[in-house]
Amino acid sequence: MQQQHRTVGQSLKHESAHLHVSGKANYTDDIPQREGTLHAAIGISTRAHAKIKAMDLSAVKAAEGVIAVITLDDVPGDKYLGPFLHDEPIFADEEVLYYGQPVFAVAATSHDLARRAAKLAKIEYEDLPAILTAQAAAEAKAYVLPPVHIKRGNVEEKLANAKHRVTGVFDLGGQEQFYLEGQIAYALPGEDGDMHVYTSTQHPSEMQFMVAHALGQHVHTVKAECRRMGGGFGGKETQSWVFAVIAALLARKTGKPVKLRADRDDDMMITGKRHDFQILYDIAHDDDGRIQGLKIEYRLRCGFSADLSGPVGDRAIFHTDNAYYLDEFDILSIRGKTNTQSNTAFRGFGGPQGIIAIEYMIDTIARKLGKDPLDVRKINFYGKTDRNVTPYQMTVEDNVIHELVAELEETSEYRKRRQEVNEFNAKNKILKKGLALVPVKFGISFTATQFNQAGALLHVYTDGSVMINHGGTEMGQGLNTKVAQVVAEELGLSIDRVRVSATDTSKVPNTSATAASTGTDLNGKAAQDACVKVKEKLAAFAAERYGCKPEEVRFADNHVYAGNEKIAFEEFVKIAYTARVPLWSSGFYRTPKIHYDFKTLTGRPFFYFAYGASVSEVIIDTLTGESRLLRADVLHDVGSSLNPAIDIGQVEGGFIQGAGWLTTEELWWNKDGKLMTHAPSTYKIPSVSDVPAQFNTRLYANSNKEDSIYHSKAVGEPPLPLGMSVFLALRDAVAAVDDSGRAVPPLMAPATAEAILKAVEAVKAAKKAEAVEAETV
Amino acid sequence: MGNRRTVRFLLNGELREVVPTSPTQSLLNYLREEERATGTKEGCAEGDCGACTVTEAELTETGEVRFRAINACIRFLPTFDGRAIWTVEGIANPDGSLHPAQQAMIDNHGSQCGFCTPGFVMSMYTMYQNGETKPSRERVLDCLSGNLCRCTGYRPIVEAAMKMGDYPEARTCGDTLAERLKAIRPEGTLEVETAAGNRYYAPATVEELAALYEANPDAVILAGGTDVGLWVTKHLMDLKTVIYIGGIQELKKIEQRDGAIEIGAAVLLNDAFPVVVEQYPEMEELWKRFSSTPIRNSGTFVGNLANGSPIGDNPPPMIAVGARVVLRKGDRRREMPLEDLYLAYRKQARDAGEFVESVRVPLRRESVKFAVYKLSKRYDQDISAVCAAFALDIENGRVKDARIAYGGMAATPKRASHAEAALNGASWDEASVQKAMSAMEQDYQPMTDMRATSEYRMTTAKNLVYRFFVETTSGQELSLYAANN
Ligand SMILES: Cc1cc2nc3c(=O)[nH]c(=O)nc-3n(C[C@H](O)[C@H](O)[C@H](O)COP(=O)(O)OP(=O)(O)OC[C@H]3O[C@@H](n4cnc5c(N)ncnc54)[C@H](O)[C@@H]3O)c2cc1C
Ligand code: FES
Ligand code: FES
Repeated sequence: MQQQHRTVGQSLKHESAHLHVSGKANYTDDIPQREGTLHAAIGISTRAHAKIKAMDLSAVKAAEGVIAVITLDDVPGDKYLGPFLHDEPIFADEEVLYYGQPVFAVAATSHDLARRAAKLAKIEYEDLPAILTAQAAAEAKAYVLPPVHIKRGNVEEKLANAKHRVTGVFDLGGQEQFYLEGQIAYALPGEDGDMHVYTSTQHPSEMQFMVAHALGQHVHTVKAECRRMGGGFGGKETQSWVFAVIAALLARKTGKPVKLRADRDDDMMITGKRHDFQILYDIAHDDDGRIQGLKIEYRLRCGFSADLSGPVGDRAIFHTDNAYYLDEFDILSIRGKTNTQSNTAFRGFGGPQGIIAIEYMIDTIARKLGKDPLDVRKINFYGKTDRNVTPYQMTVEDNVIHELVAELEETSEYRKRRQEVNEFNAKNKILKKGLALVPVKFGISFTATQFNQAGALLHVYTDGSVMINHGGTEMGQGLNTKVAQVVAEELGLSIDRVRVSATDTSKVPNTSATAASTGTDLNGKAAQDACVKVKEKLAAFAAERYGCKPEEVRFADNHVYAGNEKIAFEEFVKIAYTARVPLWSSGFYRTPKIHYDFKTLTGRPFFYFAYGASVSEVIIDTLTGESRLLRADVLHDVGSSLNPAIDIGQVEGGFIQGAGWLTTEELWWNKDGKLMTHAPSTYKIPSVSDVPAQFNTRLYANSNKEDSIYHSKAVGEPPLPLGMSVFLALRDAVAAVDDSGRAVPPLMAPATAEAILKAVEAVKAAKKAEAVEAETV
Repeated sequence: MGNRRTVRFLLNGELREVVPTSPTQSLLNYLREEERATGTKEGCAEGDCGACTVTEAELTETGEVRFRAINACIRFLPTFDGRAIWTVEGIANPDGSLHPAQQAMIDNHGSQCGFCTPGFVMSMYTMYQNGETKPSRERVLDCLSGNLCRCTGYRPIVEAAMKMGDYPEARTCGDTLAERLKAIRPEGTLEVETAAGNRYYAPATVEELAALYEANPDAVILAGGTDVGLWVTKHLMDLKTVIYIGGIQELKKIEQRDGAIEIGAAVLLNDAFPVVVEQYPEMEELWKRFSSTPIRNSGTFVGNLANGSPIGDNPPPMIAVGARVVLRKGDRRREMPLEDLYLAYRKQARDAGEFVESVRVPLRRESVKFAVYKLSKRYDQDISAVCAAFALDIENGRVKDARIAYGGMAATPKRASHAEAALNGASWDEASVQKAMSAMEQDYQPMTDMRATSEYRMTTAKNLVYRFFVETTSGQELSLYAANN
């Protein structure tokens, strides 16, 4: 039975849209400053790996406007922090571990003076050997965490006896989050050791804990608060701590409010990014391209510390299957320790890397066999009843990839366009087109089971207005809008009666990060639970007062219906208040069914899967490697959408972000380990004209089989890997340089113009070599 | 008689008279820190993200009001003397209802995190104020080229911009604006001096400029500030003396005489390009891909030449077409071919106290085949890895005169003299082209950096000669730029 909803399922506007467009939405830097506020800047290291022989900060201290300068020695509490391992010194500890590491911080009377002062340090270094790449770390066996290895069957044997075997290396670049609002924190010291930190973070509880640890105080003395972020994308899950903690340390030291707003370049120099991977693969397959055995080695560049690299690496493993059944496999994941920024969460959290790895391999198989990659994909899809167990021993119960891909294949006219692309390529020597359709299956839940819990706090006021607070954070994804919709739906109220308050650790404690796409799943359910509890009390009261059964009491249209009575909600709650019925409640939720063994990497780490597929058509110039995305079609499964407009926004934004990752967004370190692409002038995220005129995004008609919030599905991360159809279409276009249809372009990611040209030249060279060989035979 | 000391401008319609605390304080910092108007955001402080976009209005010499979207983060406050500024806080209708640019953004779900939104709204508002209420997609892409959004994927924003005209007409601020701008029109030189001894001059005439600069040869000449602004926001340079030339009407002229178009030093990129493109339509793509709309609304055409960066986009095509710069020092004027201005990395043939007064761009000659190609990671708002320009005078299939210039290949913008020699006198065919391509190796040893490797630069430098050959001989257009408009 399809339930009728009033607010849930509607394309309501983002709860802050009217504030966004008028400049009235306050971000952390917009909070009116308290008198006496100081401004901080961080002094960073200028070596990738070196001993600090001497550090002279006298010029910094003497600079105009400077009030305080701190180093590691000034940390009263824990000097080392980190989300899992406490392996990150707040400031360099005698040795610098990457170019950009915080070494000291300064508080001054203005932002400008603080930045100027921070440049005046005289630091003498003694260089130590630096490891800069994933490959170098793997070869040196330098790890932030031990390697993880899972296998089933005898892959070596499969490979040795295979009729077809393909091996290769795929270099996959990282990605800067590039939230438009940079990292920032504003710390206000209060009475009795209190510290109130406004922080742009996806994880207020973690900020609260870390600030408390660094100050050497109990957690209850610290309050972390975040009304909204100007984007997070994972970059503010853990790494906002650097800014929150340093602001708090300086506030403690000076007794004044301290704001730390990182300049964009400092932000990019200091914080970690999406992990870049080197992927070594070796596959056995049959004549049709069906994978028989697969061996893969992931080499991650983790940076100088563990941060979230463990779970990121795990999630890459968990997504190596993508939508495909893998019978025998051998997957090794190496978490390389490098003298670079500590790589961290970024939308997809390793999942996209795992997905593109298998897609690249399938693409390779298809090219070698001279088949359309879509056909090889289909052959490898998970079955519905058999071939449906993942490498981590979870049965895929909600598989819709066959239907979804079939639908997109048709609506995008894939086969017809394949013909047209071929015809174009036959006629054109310099320009070539490419086309690719790629599916995505994405697992939803934190892999660490304990994080899959959430709390909410619901207040009904006596005028009938409602305030909901929950542990999730709003970074643009529309979480607060969706939670407000849930509350309005549950209480039968119009959306304007419901307000979502800033996330605040003094309201809901011990919250999980707003991450892993779980924001709405967890917090929506917790909010629903709070509503249910309040309603129960109210219904019991109404039943007693109006003479009906509690289950006959209905909350709808801003009214309460009980017996023959219809009472305006605001009136009813006034009566209830007078009768001393509680008008507030907390709510709690924990995701059912999931469990997972960290040792064997098996279990049911995911509550359910979200599915999607995309088709991209591109054109390249084989003289220069330049490319354009000509058309994109996306079909994505969000279950029963809570808010289609918001979901479409997530899908489109994710697709473009994924495309950016694999095309123009190149991170480039020089030989000294200095990141040279540390601002938008050099680091190029997609701009408006990179979006094709034909960009067709639709939501797939589906409902979550699991009992998620109104049977919706999470939508934050799953669409991001859809952007890889752009990359694989580019590879398709490069392959067209060789009209035999069998070329396997060694295209690396990101597919910048340079990378594309390099692949074009490689295909040409291979063709030439073949021709020479043919002649000499 | 002393110079004026206060900067006067209209902020969201209200008069401000300010004695700047520092002449290099950005408009953005002024708005956020002094006005506490925090709707305008900082995303990069280098002109690249558009979060700080505001609308500037200026009175032209003929008394019309021109609206331009600009980046507040790299424009110094005193450069707004005599002008009007709108920020996102000031554009709603007098009755409080939202401007169509704002309402369309809400209705099309154009904001997610909202941090980029004020900037987009101001770019859209500027279009609206200039009468573009129902713009084409192509126009929208061009006008939003300086605004980055990391959340939405842009589709809803583009749609919002195209639909502004569907809303009830906004009350414009135009009626009395011209009058009000006239009332604050700058007279004489503006001079700002701070306690720390930093000075800022905004002379009103070229004569005054020439005298000032001759007397202060160490001063920094400030035109649009799209390069100079970053010296302050990114390199934290302390500019002792700044001479602003953007208020000098005589330098804002574009004139055609003696077979050339003469573009004054204060002519904005977006005002100069259309005139140049009339002569050289092949430059239209470069115009659209040169930085972004707001940068081209502050930056000057001549400033790009005077800056003389080896990766600047104007020097290659201007060298190729034979442009000449007019240099001025005190009362002395001299002229030289543009390529002679560039001696070595960041070293120019300008004397102390000598500035570029104008550039003279020769009119198009029928027989000249011309093209300019820009290679960069991203199409819009990116710095070239390689910029190549070709101007070949071809008569009866033979190359009479080849002028080829590249950016990104050497320490200065530089002609490819060996490649030119390989072509001069040769027939315009594939064999000659191959020779010219090989000769390129003698012309350049490009470097490797974050934009491209040396190999890529060299390969494409050669291939672009080939592209030019194919385009000029087959008529086939190989540019992908417009592929998705
Ligand atoms: C986001 C962004 C994107 C950009 N994209 C591009 C791009 O795509 N291509 C490109 O080529 N450039 C680009 N630039 C650089 C810049 O916009 C241009 O160089 C611009 O044309 C400079 O003009 P301006 O008026 O702003 O110069 P200013 O910054 O005012 O001055 C630049 C330099 O020239 C000197 N100068 C200016 N005018 C004179 C004069 N008349 N006589 C003597 N010296 C003078 C100044 O003293 C200074 O040294 C970009 C800049 C930014 C911030
Ligand atoms: S702040 Fe990014 S362009 Fe001004
Ligand atoms: S809405 Fe977040 S950057 Fe545009």
